[in-house]
Amino acid sequence: MDNLIIAGKAYSSRLLVGTGKYRDFSETRTAIEASGAEIITVAIRRTNLGQNPDEPNLLDVLPPSQYTLLPNTAGCYTVDDAVRTLRLARELLDGHSLVKLEVLGDPKTLYPNMIETLKAAEILIKEGFQVMVYTCDDPIAARQLEEIGCVAVMPLASLIGSGMGILNPWNLQIIIDNATVPVIVDAGVGTASDAAIAMELGCDGVLMNTAIAAAQNPVLMASAMKKAVEAGREAYLAGRMAKKLYSASPSSPVSGTIASGKDKAS
Amino acid sequence: MIQLIINGQPRNFSVSNQTRIQKSDHDGVSLNITQLLEHMALQGKRIAVERNGEIVPRSRFDEQVLTNGDRLEIVVAVGGG
Repeated sequence: MDNLIIAGKAYSSRLLVGTGKYRDFSETRTAIEASGAEIITVAIRRTNLGQNPDEPNLLDVLPPSQYTLLPNTAGCYTVDDAVRTLRLARELLDGHSLVKLEVLGDPKTLYPNMIETLKAAEILIKEGFQVMVYTCDDPIAARQLEEIGCVAVMPLASLIGSGMGILNPWNLQIIIDNATVPVIVDAGVGTASDAAIAMELGCDGVLMNTAIAAAQNPVLMASAMKKAVEAGREAYLAGRMAKKLYSASPSSPVSGTIASGKDKAS
Repeated sequence: MIQLIINGQPRNFSVSNQTRIQKSDHDGVSLNITQLLEHMALQGKRIAVERNGEIVPRSRFDEQVLTNGDRLEIVVAVGGG
C-alpha cells in the first residue's frame, strides 16, 4: 500500500481538507466525504455565549471517531496565541496531539511569520504535540522546522485563499529533495491540475480548503481533487518521460507504411 | 457578586439569581466551573476551558472554584482550513 505516514500513522488518502467556508454543515460533510480525506482541519474559536444551546456542533457532524481532526491556529499572530489555542484544542479533542501550526505575519496576505512559527513549534514539541507546520516555501525554514522535530512541513504553493496555484515549483522541489518528513503543500491550490502538479513534483500530500469550498459545486470539486491527488501521485511514482524539444522517435513504426516513393525500383 | 471575564466579556454572577451558586466554607459564595457551565447551558457540550491562561481539564471542573476577576476562555471547534 502506498500510504501517507505522518507521525507513525498511516493514511490511505493524500488529500487533506479544511472544513471552513461551506454554506452549512450538510455541504461540509458531503464535500468532505467526496474528497475521501481522512485528515481534516478545524479551527478553535470562542463559543458564542448567547448561542442556541441546540445549535449543531462541527464535531457532531464530523466525529473524531471517523476522521483525524487536525486543529489549526488560523488567525494567530503570536507564539502565545498559537500555543494556547493548541493546548485548548488538545483538551477539546481528548488529548489528541496531532496539530497544524500556523503563525501568521500579516492579515492582508496571511503570509506566515517564520521566526514566530519556529518559536511556537519548539514549545509545542517540548509539550508533546505532533506538529504539522505551515511554512513559506523557503527550504532553509523547512529544514529548520524539520530539525526541531516537526512531523510534517507544509509549504504554501501560493497565498492562503488565493487559488493562484504553484508559483514556485523549484523551491518546492528543493524542500522535497531535502526533507525526510512528509512535505504537504498547504495553501494556494486553485483547481485540480494544481493538486496534480504538486503531487507530480513529489509532494507527499496536499491540504486545501478554499479550492473546494469556493468552487461553484464544492462536492464535485472535492471529487475532482481526490482524483487529481491520486493521479499526480501515480504519475510521480510511475516516473515521467524526459522532456525534449522534439523527438525523431514517433510512437508508430517508421517502416511498413504504404507511402509512395519508398518502393525499391525493380 | 463576582465578575468573570468570559471570552473577553465581563459578566457578573450574583448569589441572588438562579445561578445555583452554593455557599462556600468561607464568607462569600463559590462557583465552580461545572456550575458556571450549567448556568450558561454549556454542560455536556464539546468545549474546552482555559482559566487565567491555564487549561482546566474536564475532570477538574468541579474542584475549580472561580474567583473575582478570573479570565476564562471557553472554546469550540468550528470550520476552518
